[in-house]
Amino acid sequence: MKTLDFTRKIKIDIKTYTLIIALLFIWLLFGYLTGGIFFSSRNLSNLLRQMTIMSFLSIGMTLVIITGNIDLSVGSLTGFIGIIAAYLQAVMLPEILQGLFPNLSTGGLGILSTIITIIICLLVALLAGICQGYIIAYLKVPAFIATLGGMLIFRGAILGVSGGRTIVPVENSLRWVAQGYLPKNLGILVAAIAIIVIFLMSLRSRSKKKQYGFEIKPFTYDFLVASAYSVLVLGFVLIINNYRGIPNPVIIMVVIAILVTYLANNTKFGRYVYALGGNIEATKFSGINVQFVIFKVFILIGLLSGVAGIVLTGYVAAGTIGGGMNYELTAIAGCVIGGTSLMGGKGTILGALIGTLIMASLENGMSIMNMSVFWQYIVKGLVLILAVYVDVTSKKSSS
Amino acid sequence: MVYSIFISENCKKSNLYGSNNILKDEYILRIENVTKDFPGIRALSNVSFKIKKGDIHGLCGENGAGKSTLVKILAGVYPHNTYEGKIYFNDEEIKFTRFSVRQAIEKGIAIVYQELALIPEMTVGENIFLGREPEHKGTISWDRLFSDAKEILKKYKLNIPFAAKVSALSVGKQQMVEIAKALSQEVKVLILDEPTSALTDAEIKSLMEILKYLKHNGVTCIYISHKLEEFFRITDNITVLRDGLVVNTVKTADTTEEKVIAMMVGREMKERFPVRNRKIGEKILEVKELSTQDILSQGKIAIKNITFDLKKGEVLGIAGLMGSGRSELVTTIFGEYGKHVTGEIFLEGRPIKISSAREAVNYGIGLVPEDRKKMGLVLMQAIYKNISLPNIRKFSNALSIDKHKELNECRKYADSLNIKTPSLFAITESLSGGNQQKVVIAKWLMSTPKILILDDPTRGIDVGTKYEIYKLINQLAEDGIAIIMISSELEEILGMSDRILVMHEGKCTGILEQKEATQEKVMALATGTKNYSEV
Repeated sequence: MKTLDFTRKIKIDIKTYTLIIALLFIWLLFGYLTGGIFFSSRNLSNLLRQMTIMSFLSIGMTLVIITGNIDLSVGSLTGFIGIIAAYLQAVMLPEILQGLFPNLSTGGLGILSTIITIIICLLVALLAGICQGYIIAYLKVPAFIATLGGMLIFRGAILGVSGGRTIVPVENSLRWVAQGYLPKNLGILVAAIAIIVIFLMSLRSRSKKKQYGFEIKPFTYDFLVASAYSVLVLGFVLIINNYRGIPNPVIIMVVIAILVTYLANNTKFGRYVYALGGNIEATKFSGINVQFVIFKVFILIGLLSGVAGIVLTGYVAAGTIGGGMNYELTAIAGCVIGGTSLMGGKGTILGALIGTLIMASLENGMSIMNMSVFWQYIVKGLVLILAVYVDVTSKKSSS
Repeated sequence: MVYSIFISENCKKSNLYGSNNILKDEYILRIENVTKDFPGIRALSNVSFKIKKGDIHGLCGENGAGKSTLVKILAGVYPHNTYEGKIYFNDEEIKFTRFSVRQAIEKGIAIVYQELALIPEMTVGENIFLGREPEHKGTISWDRLFSDAKEILKKYKLNIPFAAKVSALSVGKQQMVEIAKALSQEVKVLILDEPTSALTDAEIKSLMEILKYLKHNGVTCIYISHKLEEFFRITDNITVLRDGLVVNTVKTADTTEEKVIAMMVGREMKERFPVRNRKIGEKILEVKELSTQDILSQGKIAIKNITFDLKKGEVLGIAGLMGSGRSELVTTIFGEYGKHVTGEIFLEGRPIKISSAREAVNYGIGLVPEDRKKMGLVLMQAIYKNISLPNIRKFSNALSIDKHKELNECRKYADSLNIKTPSLFAITESLSGGNQQKVVIAKWLMSTPKILILDDPTRGIDVGTKYEIYKLINQLAEDGIAIIMISSELEEILGMSDRILVMHEGKCTGILEQKEATQEKVMALATGTKNYSEV
């Protein structure tokens, strides 16, 4: 019987390590240049919140790029959903709801309005994803073209809905979704639950391995690994609690990231996504409905653009016509820096998150340093090219 | 007269006595002890022979005998340091290294490949002068380019409009453009790798005329073909290759088609094929009058009116040369070849319609495709992921994959097939060809098929692994799985099959029972040699 190095799977691949090192380097650099302001709890909290909107897009984009496709419409779709959210809250819903429930308080109406807004926005985003997915997967229009068209269409729709004006006001409850914080005690509770889950998963994995006769590492090793993750979680929550608590959108981001990572690694769907990105012919010849998989990937990114749009409007507290402009490019850059291959077949959600965090850190750090916007663009562009260059050369030397 | 390896050795010795001049004049190419290895397989082994100046020299052998590898070395596709041995061109050793293809062209060695290498959206003239466009002060002089192109086409009596887009031409005409492109350069040696496989009879005739014209003008030609009669129409000498070895070089005038066939296939059957306990059961698959149009060239037929049946526990061999439609036949059955399919397929007596691989898999049909890298494997992924790809349903519910169960199952199949790897997490690309093929087979075995189609399963695989695969096929047949096996190797077909379906140009030219089948009979049916059918 062959011994299988099952534990190899647990290790995060080397690319993620280099990414984390790059991220730490950038952080230390900014920490030094800003005289420590960069590392203040307040700034770290802001930094994380700044990356959230982009992270929804890059999480979805990772799957799209793994299948060998691209989605250029996410920025416009985010803006479009954002403007719909604002329109619903500022123009449509107040009158309707007031008519339906005259007895509710203003606060109650606001919360109801926000709930309805979120549901409608997600449905519209879902529909947009279905349309684009159908056109790409079944009508076989190349994703680049289909989503380029989508980008123009949604941008046009933004102007149509808004009439060219910024739409205000939005309900406080919607603003809370994007600007609020989790109470500090709750934050600690969440950390505690996370730590318990980490240890339970470690134990479960051990017993499964035992059941199928795979090699298992000594108990102390697994215990130390789980403890290390626990320290990270707890440390994160304590630092962030030092300011006002965990920002709500960060919680949404973490939940979505965990869900999609699970989807990618532990479900048939995820397996097919990677397989068809690696070799669509071989996947088709294995009897897999590749069109349906691609269809679903585009539905998912549509939905995630919807989440991004809702959070965007809550964060800006208005629907603006420039909302989501160029977000698709930053999202793609985040994925690529995070190690997702534009050739398809490779990439991780964690990588995309770190990539997005790197882009957000650059922006945040340079803003603190009061660098002009034009420099910010140039530096971000250079970092993107550098990241891909490093990726390409490392691939060359390994093959 | 016969030039064998041994005689060429003698010639070399006779050089010592000072007759160097004769060699210089007589042979334009001398190939000495050329050996070329690919990972896991020796493509050429100590190949030595000589080609006379001004000759048309035929190169023949079964698929995988090493013909294409050899001419690719001559044309510089494989640079000097990737093979062993020496090649002399006009008595000067040639060592193409950097830009080796260009160096070969500059020497005057041009090759026309089996697969077309033209740019479809460019005109005939542009294609002919691609990379050598006549320039005037940095801009392309289109007038000169087209007038030169026109002249070349006229010189070789090629009836092709020089300004037409290549994509608008028939495959045969495109082949002619390819030849014109080679001839537009100072060619001393022209290599044609199966130039006629896509040509009509009339086109073949005009190609033969061109070759005679070239010969008249002192150009040497190396001619590879599967159609034996062509060798007898134009070549002066024929070198037969088999399993990377030179069998012999003979004068065309002194030999016959039968003798050449015997040389191509003529080794005795050793104990190379394991014995099977034949337990042939009831009919499981029936194919009636199956026809498909070629997906690449419109109007051409890929397969025509194929009728056969397949029984449980039976190994049905499909023989045929490359381009005979054998892969197209099985891909059609698997539901992945084009949309214009006519005919009927019955599975266990019920008529079925398969229009995608997914349906085929659901019916219990598995396909180990011809091109395992392109259609069989996701090379960048771990071995276990490839094995479980068609079978994930077995380990998963709506929410998750039971990875431990998956790995456990994959390990069972990997062990029973003896896949040599340090870990199932290794990238599939890192395996040798034979082990990669085992991964493809493993993934289908796990799906417990009723019918397993193997398209050239031992191509590019070393002898030892071949034997393992044969044993595996026998085991599967004994377990009652019906097997269709395509092979390029006659011996394999004869050694493994219960019945052999032979194809030629998209048609079934015969179904032979194992007892009556001989290599010569199969080869005759496969080459469409009419006067040979009564052997």
